Amino acid sequence: MERIYLDHASSSPIDSRVLEYSKPYLADVGNPSSLYEFGQDAKNAIETARKKIAEFINAESEKTIIFTGSATESNNIAIRGVAQRNIKDGKKLLSSAIEHISVINPMKHLQKNGWIFETIPVDKYGVVNIDILNKKISNDTILTSVMYANNEIGTIEPIKQISEIIHKKGKYLHVDATASAGKIPIDVQAEEIDLLTISSNDLYGPKGAGALYIKPGVKIQSVNPGGGQERGLRSGTENVFSIVGMGEAAKIAKKEMKNESKRLQRIRDSLISEIYKIDEAYLTGHPTNRLPHHASFRFSHIEGESILLNMDMYGIQIATGSACSSKTLEPSHVLLAIGLKHEEAHGSMVMTLGHTNKLSQVPKIVKATKETVKRLRQLSPLIK
Amino acid sequence: MPVYSKKVMDHFTKPRNVGVIENPDGYGKVGNPVCGDLMEMYIKVEDDIIKDIKFKTFGCGSAIATSSMVTELAIGKNIDEALKITRNDVANELDGLPPQKMHCSNLAADALHAAIEDYKKKKKK
Repeated sequence: MERIYLDHASSSPIDSRVLEYSKPYLADVGNPSSLYEFGQDAKNAIETARKKIAEFINAESEKTIIFTGSATESNNIAIRGVAQRNIKDGKKLLSSAIEHISVINPMKHLQKNGWIFETIPVDKYGVVNIDILNKKISNDTILTSVMYANNEIGTIEPIKQISEIIHKKGKYLHVDATASAGKIPIDVQAEEIDLLTISSNDLYGPKGAGALYIKPGVKIQSVNPGGGQERGLRSGTENVFSIVGMGEAAKIAKKEMKNESKRLQRIRDSLISEIYKIDEAYLTGHPTNRLPHHASFRFSHIEGESILLNMDMYGIQIATGSACSSKTLEPSHVLLAIGLKHEEAHGSMVMTLGHTNKLSQVPKIVKATKETVKRLRQLSPLIK
Repeated sequence: MPVYSKKVMDHFTKPRNVGVIENPDGYGKVGNPVCGDLMEMYIKVEDDIIKDIKFKTFGCGSAIATSSMVTELAIGKNIDEALKITRNDVANELDGLPPQKMHCSNLAADALHAAIEDYKKKKKK
């Protein structure tokens, strides 16, 4: 059976060119902190990767980039490091209501320790409510975190507009670009972003690396003291293989993003128009202003984990925001934030396209979806 | 995502006794769509023996598999014997359920018991 993988937002397989490029650093590599030549080779490879990341997001220089172990770690360093360093200017933190838990949880952790944390609601498409942001932001708001685009519903946020509002009154804007990096262009200077998170895994790079952009002049302190690697902000021996791979993945993404996103968007649009025809199928997220590889839905009267298992029988891997597939057994906070009722949020299906997907796969995906929905509805007592 | 046993997947992909019984002798409904699981159980009883049983379930993989399994365990049994079928029995017959599913998606025995209680109540009248 042909496998059709549609869960690239959860993990993108490593690009074979990236693997080829970074492979030598997996087996045979010195410690970048060691002064002998062997160690310095590793250091140079990391610095080359740093340049590639800086170019990828149009950063002022490679000095603005630190490497971490994951997007989660980047988010933690950004949020906790800025909050602790800027406490004299205020204790107020904001984020959108649909941030990834690796943003929400560090914020809540700070809240327990005396900071003030509030979320900004979103509209039914998942777009941050600008009026409420305007009202909530004050001179003591030291950090606001808004994602570039949402991983569960694909909606792209108006980052430039948000950044203008924040910089009028508040201090710093942190943007989690994990879901959007490599799919749509990011320009940290033009969009006036102070801190930006990206991950290797979502760029077809190896797992185990992330990056954090820190605009020159942003005040931040270390949250995990140690040997002082990565400007003292991320102590610990660097994962050279993953960092080198991430740099190469970013370079490839920068070059190929435009054409690849156009290609994926055609597949996505075809999927959306066909699946939308199913009775009581609804698109989640913004109908037009969404990531080019992202198609997300909800179906009435059925449950997401069952959808996932049933699609897997056809060799098709999708994701769901259903409670039953999460560790907490709570439905996705993103789906609740866009106004879905619990029973509606249970029936979600998320498809994120990538390199291996082709337009010719659409009929098979659509057929499997139709049959899955039909079968589960036949089992459902909610349809009389 | 929990990892399910082969038996769970078998009952999920080919659930037994799906449907409804018109004018059932007993009917039970447990769960709530808000929580993500809802089960309906219908039984036909002759001489206190469960002659036919059907279910409909909204829920995750284990909710569907446990519903299917409980119908297999109950059919042909005396109602008092069927009342003794526990949540654990259902999980064991399926070669186990992931720990987080033991509580929330293992309502099938409850649905069966509710249907039997309904039958007993009707019989008294």
